[in-house]
Amino acid sequence: MKKFSQRHLLGIKEITTDDIELVFETADNFKTVINRPIKKVPSLRDITVANIFFENSTRTRISFELAQKRLSADVVNFSASSSSVTKGETLVDTVKNILAMKVDMVVMRHPAPGAHIFLSKHIDAQIINAGDGTHEHPTQALLDAFSIREKLGSVKGKKIAIVGDITHSRVALSNIFCLQKLGAEVMVCGPTTLIPKYISSLGVKVEHDLMKALNWCDVANMLRIQLERQDIKYFPSLREYSMLYGLDKKRLDSLDKEIVIMHPGPINRGVEITSDVADSKHSIILNQVENGVAVRMAVMYLLAGQN
Amino acid sequence: MTSKKIIEEKQLEIIIDRLCYELIEKHSDFSNTAIIGLQPRGIFLSRRIHQRISTILKNKKILYGELDIAFYRDDFRRGHEQIIPSEMKIDFTVQDKNIVIIDDVLFTGRTIRAALDALTDFGRPSKVELLVLIDRQYSRHLPIQPDYVGLRVDTGVNEKVKVEWKEKAKHDLVHIITELK
Repeated sequence: MKKFSQRHLLGIKEITTDDIELVFETADNFKTVINRPIKKVPSLRDITVANIFFENSTRTRISFELAQKRLSADVVNFSASSSSVTKGETLVDTVKNILAMKVDMVVMRHPAPGAHIFLSKHIDAQIINAGDGTHEHPTQALLDAFSIREKLGSVKGKKIAIVGDITHSRVALSNIFCLQKLGAEVMVCGPTTLIPKYISSLGVKVEHDLMKALNWCDVANMLRIQLERQDIKYFPSLREYSMLYGLDKKRLDSLDKEIVIMHPGPINRGVEITSDVADSKHSIILNQVENGVAVRMAVMYLLAGQN
Repeated sequence: MTSKKIIEEKQLEIIIDRLCYELIEKHSDFSNTAIIGLQPRGIFLSRRIHQRISTILKNKKILYGELDIAFYRDDFRRGHEQIIPSEMKIDFTVQDKNIVIIDDVLFTGRTIRAALDALTDFGRPSKVELLVLIDRQYSRHLPIQPDYVGLRVDTGVNEKVKVEWKEKAKHDLVHIITELK
């Protein structure tokens, strides 16, 4: 009998390839659910989920909330900026107080890497990581791989280039773990200052020339420059970054093959990707967003179904 | 553990034929009727019935779907096993249609309760009927009864009805397995 191996989703590193395949098979079902006139199923009707966001978010928070509502769960939303966190309450106290109101599952985003692992040792509720600092963003990696599988038939054997600010990106790390577990080849591409020094020890190729990366890959996942996490200057100017690492129509047209373009959002149009590329037929950016709801429904369904 | 055969290949063929003619008697040319098999185990029977009726009605195209009830089960989080969904294939609207739900074994009726919930999420059918191969009578937890039955059997709580299909087990066979105490 198939079973999800973990009680929480803390990161892709902790889960198995079978877990990922199980999420995909379940997400296939939820994708048909969210595309029919009645987009709701009653599975999680006796579950309450708290969405606790200590960092800003548009897509992830709405996507999780829609996924919860389409599973018939009760939802409470919490954002740090408008809460007692500003009065000095600790993370464990904040979450314990929310759980005292009978909450079964916590979806959390936190700026500190490992915050979820710490929390899982102190509370009983199931935890889903919606991003922890520069560490992991597991549901984003799952929906990215799910979108590649949907577009290209499978992930195994595909070549995926992750381009941009790898150092500050949790999407990059989760994607590397997820794609490798599914048998893809991964390359990271960006200026030396934005690529962690020992990243090749994870088994990824490293490239500093965007055109070489594009010529190599089947899929290019373009990442945003995370200015909010950069306390020092990593490159001279956004204009220079864009000239060297921005994906535009000219570069895309100069390739002798078609590649798939992805972006986890939010897009900085004209920096890492130009509008004509982001809106072109090569781009599956909005498919990623749609798949995000189905994948998150699958993750919550599989976790909640364990009790 | 003992096992008693109750239906073998030849007999199954005759039962399926009879069920098909009963359906045709009621739904004539199937112009407003759709057949829906329940995942994961009812689909082998529903596929055969769908095919047989199409043949009897001279290759008429009959609306056919497969419904998965995993998301509608009442034992989610209450059982010991994780409930894994199966593929759902209904590419037509059930609004105002006559629906024949098909499953292999009717026992407590809980699966059919879930199926009725799932079905109404695809629209409001004009009428819903139930066809099962085996009816384990006197075992119901809910007021649900079949309209078409292959075979009625009396079984105890320590017994299980196992249906094997050629498509999965190399032979067609229905047997009752009794757990010895």
